[in-house]
Amino acid sequence: MTGGRARAAGPAAAGTAGEWEHFAHGADIGVRGRGATAAQAFEQAALALTAVVTSPAQVHQQVSVSITCRAPDLDLLLYEWLNSLVFHMATQHLLFSGFDVRIADGVLEAEARGQLVDVQRHAPAVEVKGATLTELAVRQDDDGRWRAQCVLDV
Amino acid sequence: MAGGARSACSTSRAGRRTMNREGVHRVGDYRWVIEPTGAMRVPAVLYADEALLDDMDDKVRWQLCNVASLPGIVGAACAMPDAHWGYGFPIGGVAAFDADAGGVVSAGGVGFDISCGVRTLVSTCTREQVVDVQQQLAHELSRAIPAGVGSTGRLRLSDEAMDEMLTGGARWAVAEGYGPGDDLEHIEERGCIGGADPHALSKRARERQREEMGTLGSGNHYLEVQWVAEVFDRDAAAAFGLEGGRVVVSIHCGSRGLGHQVGTDYLRDMAIAAPSHGLHLPDRELACAPIRSTLGQRYLGAMRAAMNCALANRQILTHLCRESFHRLLPGFSGKLLYDVSHNICKEEVHAVDGCDRRLYVHRKGATRAFGPGHAAVPEALRAHGQPVLIGGSMGTASYVLAGAATGEALSWSSACHGAGRSMSRHQATRQWHGRKVVDDLAARGILVRSPSLRGVAEEAPGAYKSVDRVVDVAEKAGLARKVARLEPLICVKG
Repeated sequence: MTGGRARAAGPAAAGTAGEWEHFAHGADIGVRGRGATAAQAFEQAALALTAVVTSPAQVHQQVSVSITCRAPDLDLLLYEWLNSLVFHMATQHLLFSGFDVRIADGVLEAEARGQLVDVQRHAPAVEVKGATLTELAVRQDDDGRWRAQCVLDV
Repeated sequence: MAGGARSACSTSRAGRRTMNREGVHRVGDYRWVIEPTGAMRVPAVLYADEALLDDMDDKVRWQLCNVASLPGIVGAACAMPDAHWGYGFPIGGVAAFDADAGGVVSAGGVGFDISCGVRTLVSTCTREQVVDVQQQLAHELSRAIPAGVGSTGRLRLSDEAMDEMLTGGARWAVAEGYGPGDDLEHIEERGCIGGADPHALSKRARERQREEMGTLGSGNHYLEVQWVAEVFDRDAAAAFGLEGGRVVVSIHCGSRGLGHQVGTDYLRDMAIAAPSHGLHLPDRELACAPIRSTLGQRYLGAMRAAMNCALANRQILTHLCRESFHRLLPGFSGKLLYDVSHNICKEEVHAVDGCDRRLYVHRKGATRAFGPGHAAVPEALRAHGQPVLIGGSMGTASYVLAGAATGEALSWSSACHGAGRSMSRHQATRQWHGRKVVDDLAARGILVRSPSLRGVAEEAPGAYKSVDRVVDVAEKAGLARKVARLEPLICVKG
């Protein structure tokens, strides 16, 4: 595995800290979030998504977007969640750095907070085309912590 | 899952598991075969020399063997010399399916950037003429070509106009004033693929394209001003207009947000619906649907609409590029050599055991390469084969190849599409600083213009395999013939 590891900052990391990291995938890049709950792992995976584009620490939390996703299982719920963020990033020119995720009965409800892309401030490295089904996994590891991961197409 | 044990893998400098050679049989100098085992229905075939094969991620083998297990696959699942780990299909993967034999269409086998491709214009300018105005031209192009995260195009399409674009492709763009009608003859499908179904697109897909017509994107997409540094095949080069020292422009991009969303939507739908189609996939990433299913037909309609979107997008970018050249070099003329996609599923007729069969050929990071005499090749170029446009990395050569007659039997007339990465984006940013990459390339006479220095570092030339080696092997394997090598002068990136 390669890639950076960082402690999350901001409200999403309140309480038991989650963490995110990137993992290598040929021409693209993998994102992995870990946390005490599946919801926290989803929040951290979302931070890892932002970090593909820019440093999350550089993204102010000035606007918020409400997101609701449904899927038949947790894996596809992660796919829907990350792709919903990609959609809002692309169509509203937003970057996100704060997330509150709630998951119940196959439904994800979330608030994502961020700001408009500022090319000078964020120096965005690359746009994310979409979250893929490759290496897609949401599961509880042996230590009891949750992981949520997949490869992004960039 | 198909494929053999992976215990013999070693780890490369990129942290990847290099190809396990167990069960990989050499059949000729540049052809390697994995005979069917387990669920595989056909062999897996890799085109590579020893070094390229060793450098391929073991995931290429795993994914290729999985593709070989899909229903209705014909002949073999093929990997081009630049193959690397993709999603579902390897990038550099080619596979053909017969609808009459229960064949499938796969969203992962096309990719998120539907109809991503390259077009090359041959200019009337010499290298010296462009070098005289190189700084100004780089500035002008970077100002005129919307590139990078958050950039938007000038066009805003109504729902009705978007439908026309999605069914008309580059023909629509030409009718809207973006370039001459002569361009169309030199575009795959003459600029417009039939069977596009705008109604198969989600609202999100349309919304993502609202501000993105005429934009370049980011990552490995680029607009590059290049010059013909070497000619390998004089006759073909003459027919293609590629004399030594001639300046050309290559544009690499795809169907932008609309295509990305089509991929997103249908990958999910196919994954969910697979069991209802009786498809028991070894991995969800192989998500596919029978060609003769409602979902399969809807995907084909949406994918073709996205292909037209890509063709229209590249036509608009070509127009913006021509305008920029005209402002600095009034006598400039840029004739389209060819436009060909490398992420696509096309319905084509191929000879199988002496009989013509209609097949759905997936090319994921692979370029169609019809040989000499093929009716789909523009008449003026037909005797030499279809131009095959191979992008290098920023700062390294690109190539124009021509389809070879031997390609039909080897790979459904397909060749490589680029160099392929040799290291991850993270590793690249740890190894290079964007500013230094830009300065080093400028010292070599190559001007890079990008809104993101981190993006430049991620795309540093050293992060890619040698494109020279990839095209050499493509030629020696009989997939295509080298016509000319192009060297960069200006690279506009997102």
